[in-house]
Amino acid sequence: MANMKTMSFDAVIVGGGGSGMRAALQLAESGYKTAVITKVFPTRSHTVSAQGGITCAIASDDPNDQWQWHMYDTIKGSDYIGDQEAIEYMCQTGPEAIFELEHMGLPFSRTAEGRIYQRPFGGQSKDFGKGGQAARTCAAADRTGHALLHTLYQGNLKSKTTFLNEWYAVDIVKNEDNAVVGVVAIDIETGETVFVKSKATVFATGGAGRIYASTTNAHICTGDGVGMALRAGFPVQDIEMWQFHPTGIHGAGTLVTEGCRGEGGYLINKDGERFMERYAPNAKDLAGRDVVARSMVLEILEGRGCGPDGDHVYLKLDHLGEETLNAKLPGILELSRTFAHADPIVEPIPVVPTCHYMMGGIPTNVDGQALTIDKEGNDQVIEGFYACGEAACVSVHGANRLGGNSLLDLVVFGRASGMFIEKQLREGINLKEASEADIERAMSGLNRINNSEGGEKASVLRAELQTIMQNYFGVFRRGDFMQQGIEKLNELRPRIENVALEDKSNAFNTARIEALELQNLFATAEATAIAAEGRTESRGAHAREDFQERDDENWLCHSVYFPESKTIGKRGVNFNLKTREAFEPQIRTY
Amino acid sequence: MLNVSIYRYNPDVDAEPYMQDYKVDTQGKDVMVLDVLEKLKTEDPTLSFRRSCREGVCGSDGVNISGKNGLACITPLSAAVKGNKLVIRPLPGLPVIRDLVIDMTQFYAQYEKIQPYMINDSPAPAIERLQSPEERAKLDGLYECILCACCSTACPSFWWNPEKFIGPSGLLQAYRFLADSRDTATEERLANLDDPFSVFRCHGIMNCVQVCPKGLNPTKAIGHIRNMLIRSAT
Repeated sequence: MANMKTMSFDAVIVGGGGSGMRAALQLAESGYKTAVITKVFPTRSHTVSAQGGITCAIASDDPNDQWQWHMYDTIKGSDYIGDQEAIEYMCQTGPEAIFELEHMGLPFSRTAEGRIYQRPFGGQSKDFGKGGQAARTCAAADRTGHALLHTLYQGNLKSKTTFLNEWYAVDIVKNEDNAVVGVVAIDIETGETVFVKSKATVFATGGAGRIYASTTNAHICTGDGVGMALRAGFPVQDIEMWQFHPTGIHGAGTLVTEGCRGEGGYLINKDGERFMERYAPNAKDLAGRDVVARSMVLEILEGRGCGPDGDHVYLKLDHLGEETLNAKLPGILELSRTFAHADPIVEPIPVVPTCHYMMGGIPTNVDGQALTIDKEGNDQVIEGFYACGEAACVSVHGANRLGGNSLLDLVVFGRASGMFIEKQLREGINLKEASEADIERAMSGLNRINNSEGGEKASVLRAELQTIMQNYFGVFRRGDFMQQGIEKLNELRPRIENVALEDKSNAFNTARIEALELQNLFATAEATAIAAEGRTESRGAHAREDFQERDDENWLCHSVYFPESKTIGKRGVNFNLKTREAFEPQIRTY
Repeated sequence: MLNVSIYRYNPDVDAEPYMQDYKVDTQGKDVMVLDVLEKLKTEDPTLSFRRSCREGVCGSDGVNISGKNGLACITPLSAAVKGNKLVIRPLPGLPVIRDLVIDMTQFYAQYEKIQPYMINDSPAPAIERLQSPEERAKLDGLYECILCACCSTACPSFWWNPEKFIGPSGLLQAYRFLADSRDTATEERLANLDDPFSVFRCHGIMNCVQVCPKGLNPTKAIGHIRNMLIRSAT
């Protein structure tokens, strides 16, 4: 290892999606030597698939809109385990971050006044839930993620960020103080392994929806950051909280934006009934995503599902008219025609709740600093380590994320992390050098796979993992089933550790990458399973048949999963608002 | 059983590229070409290709499918199979790294050349810069480009001069910024393109329009740039 290539930076961002590129932009503009390690060319990151928009109180649709109302909606949406300080920061800072994107060139759709177009999304209200539905989601047609991601890439080109494109981060390098001093990464094109050393290492590695068999997530969403953090011994928070998006295309899993319902579309069962009127009389189809997803599953379970197998429901859009659909939802027309063979102008789209978003992740403060919990239960900053975006749990989404809040989270906390690291770099960051043994430790997982003999194919093992998660840890959960699921995961673990890699060649060896990704998928899945089994209540996206009520007495808190003991602990929710009194937990109805 | 023939080349192992034949049981379903590739990869993990979103928005899986460039994830077999045979090759005209994975360096370099970012040196307002729906509509058909390179690698002019001709994708993006009411660098952008190669190597062959998986029209955008260049010269 003595001759291993080393590259050195002030800041290294792992992940080239929205949050990573926003953090990189901040740092590159400040003149610090910044690199982005990304396993795909940046504009191929999963942010590109975001459709409906970015929620923010910019007061375009309603000149009297207030960020405080957005804060209220987000806290309620989180089922009260979102950290209120972080939510306050996001909602208050949001407009500034959106206007920056617009100045950077993001081609938002426009109102007649020339302002940014905003559409209604689920869980949005005016006047703290008392003023009816708000329209707060800023949109670039139904391609907002694409427009945002390309704009951020363009901004980084302008700022001359160093991109290590098609590089794969394998593991964290820690020094003797347990501080993070960089990562070991593979240049996928050549197969070369490099120690990428950095004063600040930011994980912007996105989600892990591929732990489930049915997901809206891209193939690349394999929980690499969560896996690396867990292998380094760092905890993850609220990892049992997975959002199932109500409208994934049946069979294909591809996302159909909530914006469809925002523009006036609605769900129907086999009798043509608009069933959300029964489950959420006020917000109807624009209730929280957890509420809508559960209602759909109940319709299906009670025999009112559509299709020959009665295993989905329909999203009806045809009443909106061809002109509106072409103008507001052109991407959805394309996707539905391609993947559902249904033309929404004349017929409904078959949809089913589909894994969409990881609310949990690496716990951080609002500056993006990653946290662990010490023996006394106090937060402790992990020196040199930061996280933002879906990989992080700051936590603004709590137990259920509102539509359009993901993109806002990305830009606000990517930016915040960048600004904070910039300040730290200015003040001076001094971390001890990694020893050869430290680097060797980070190489051990890769070495094991490179030296593997025998073993089963990654694709087979991955499919088994996804089936277990889908069957035992889906929309509805039950203790005894989850225990069975955990048993099955225990049986799967040694087989996954022993995954086959017959092809040891170096040039663009995607089999090697998939074998490594599989380790991260498993680590994320295992943490999810143990945390889900441990949280004995129903809250937000975590719905248990054996504990159907929210239990504020015991569980108005974050779960924290510790990888070494494979146990979960609790961490308090932050209720410290700077601008007003905290929002106390209420019964959550829509 | 569907006959599938795939371009294979691993520089670590193979002296030269070859076509490998596979048989795939699609169970008569009209699946996407990417589904076939994924199925093959479960059987033969050495097969390398790029893929990510699997819904036609990330632009990773541009390949040449039975002679036509397209995205594997949104090309159904019914549009690609001829005589029970599917032929998949890497996008033509750029160096091959391995199997279906091409080296896109030249393609990205041409994109970077057109200054693909907003330039507006006037002080930014406290809110967004205003833009009317009509002005914004001029960006439709331009901003949707996913940089998949299907168009540029279908363009004979780009094959001949990949280092000098910007190519359809880059020019579509050049026009995306020229057409944006918020951008103030029109003169600088046109000056940057005003040479015999950057724009004028386009001979209106329109392969780009034929293959664009997003239904965009680079030839039309190039026409607009030509007109702007001619007008600015007079």
